[in-house]
Amino acid sequence: MFSLKRKTMGEAIFDIANNLVMLCICFVTLYPIWYVLVNAFNDGTDAMMGGIYWWPRMFSLENFEAVFASSGIMMAMGITVAKTLLGVLLHVFFTAMVAYALSRKGLIGGKLYILLGTITLFFNGGLIPTFLLNRDLHLLDNFLVYIIPVLFSFFDLIIFMTFFREIPEGLEEAAWIDGANDWSILLRVVLPVSMPVIATIALFHGVYQWNDYFTGIIYINNPDLQPIQTFLFRVVAQSSSSQMMVAIQGSTVTKSVTSQSVKLATMVVTTLPIVFVYPFLQRYFVKGMMIGSIKG
Amino acid sequence: MENKTSGGISRMKKQPVPALIETGSGYKKSLWKRFLAQKHLQTMALLGVAWMIIFNYIPMYGMIIAFKEYNIVKSIAEAPWVGLQHFRELYEDEDLRYVIKNTLGISLIKLLIGFPLPIIFALFLNEVRSIRYKKAIQTISYLPHFLSWVVLGGILATWLADVGIINNILLALNLIDKPISYLAEPSYFWTIVISSDIWKELGWSAIIYLAAIAGVSPEMYEAATIDGAGRFQKMWYVTLPAIRGTISILFILAVSGVLNSNFDQILVLRNSLNDSASNVIDYYIYYTGIVTSRFSYSMAVTLVKAVIALILLLIANQVTKKINDTSLF
Repeated sequence: MFSLKRKTMGEAIFDIANNLVMLCICFVTLYPIWYVLVNAFNDGTDAMMGGIYWWPRMFSLENFEAVFASSGIMMAMGITVAKTLLGVLLHVFFTAMVAYALSRKGLIGGKLYILLGTITLFFNGGLIPTFLLNRDLHLLDNFLVYIIPVLFSFFDLIIFMTFFREIPEGLEEAAWIDGANDWSILLRVVLPVSMPVIATIALFHGVYQWNDYFTGIIYINNPDLQPIQTFLFRVVAQSSSSQMMVAIQGSTVTKSVTSQSVKLATMVVTTLPIVFVYPFLQRYFVKGMMIGSIKG
Repeated sequence: MENKTSGGISRMKKQPVPALIETGSGYKKSLWKRFLAQKHLQTMALLGVAWMIIFNYIPMYGMIIAFKEYNIVKSIAEAPWVGLQHFRELYEDEDLRYVIKNTLGISLIKLLIGFPLPIIFALFLNEVRSIRYKKAIQTISYLPHFLSWVVLGGILATWLADVGIINNILLALNLIDKPISYLAEPSYFWTIVISSDIWKELGWSAIIYLAAIAGVSPEMYEAATIDGAGRFQKMWYVTLPAIRGTISILFILAVSGVLNSNFDQILVLRNSLNDSASNVIDYYIYYTGIVTSRFSYSMAVTLVKAVIALILLLIANQVTKKINDTSLF
């Protein structure tokens, strides 16, 4: 075959150069994150002098201790975990449920429902009417504002529907003959065979829920209800070190912890869960992206 | 719309499920009875429809406040009509000039640099021979996409701080005499926004192109090899034409989005010191509407933006159709 053919000189140079360029891209991608990591694991006061590039100069876990000892930060973490778990569960189930109904042939009004949904892909009211609606629904300073306004997405529905249509009809028919109704077919037949698409949507929505900070900014005033990203936003963007100092006050703060070093540690703690999850879901979301881009 | 893909075709071969056909045996049942027979399915579908009416269609109705004088005391329906008053105000708004300049400037440079880079990255990544090395690079390249803009903002603030790595290096090389506060200087803002956006999304944006490239038949490459084509020639004459359709569609979408900014990013990186370079339409809508409660005016800006975006979409669609024979509609 052709792969057995000896490589020419030019080919060999191309391969080496290409691999080197790719290595550089990986370095440029990883190093900024590494820089944060080594500074977060360094003594806070010492880090203020700068110059920590490759490895902690004075290794310390105090920044992380301060993070975990701060009830404010832990509360915000709890909100993020709760809104992500609950949000993903309900979004996936609700969207899959509607998608299952709309994917069935002979559904009365099915064409109209799909038209209604398709319109929402192209037009939306924008920020202000959405804000006014959520206010009228009493979602201000309400945990449910993280869940209900993003319970459903027609875009995700299309991805689900594309997948459901590929399910062999024999599966559903067998359940019908056994006397199952649509709810139990959805729960016991359709959803269990749809794990790849569920993983894709769960990852996309999970990343959204985990990383979203804007909802917390415009709808939440109560600090006990703000997610960690909103907390971090207030520390980072408003460079409000006082906010961070308030958050880590009361915990056993040693003098070598600075607001900057605790901020870095909080960023690391906030980001780690997602960094550990996404590589395992990679094969699913690549396919999901494809369906989404073709349909959307 | 829904029946054009292979998924739709396979569905046409499907037999209707029993509950939906058993009613047609012998006599014609009324629509209502057929509806009742699928009451479970209808419940599922109508729950979704109800959600869309509340969270998609009521806000669409709310857009009429652009033509009203809305304030929080009255409801949207009660607010008095003022016609085009807010649009006249908008036309004379001095702030909107630099806001539009920033929006278009940032978007167009992003389009110019940020659009081709993932394509180039995908083309060269495809040429990596070792499958494992290729997979590893891919996984690493997705990583920044999963960071939130808040965390990335924190990383940037750390890098660009007075004692940050950038100032340290430039000082050590004697390129500057004293540290520069990059995020407080409007002149650096566009560079920061554009490069951080590319850093974050390069690998992720390449996914679609890599998937399209994976669909190219190996025989095409074998034929090209027999004809004596080198690596660059194969990339140029085989790979690139094969993903031309994908590029066109993503280009149309990118052009129609030039008035959109990455709001999450802007909100994290902007501050009052760099406002003259960082205030973009999406921020202006947020600021006038949410921060200063000028709801009707903010809505008028949103509407104008939406109309221009629609026009851009139609133009981009026509242009790519002419050049490339590919279009969205």
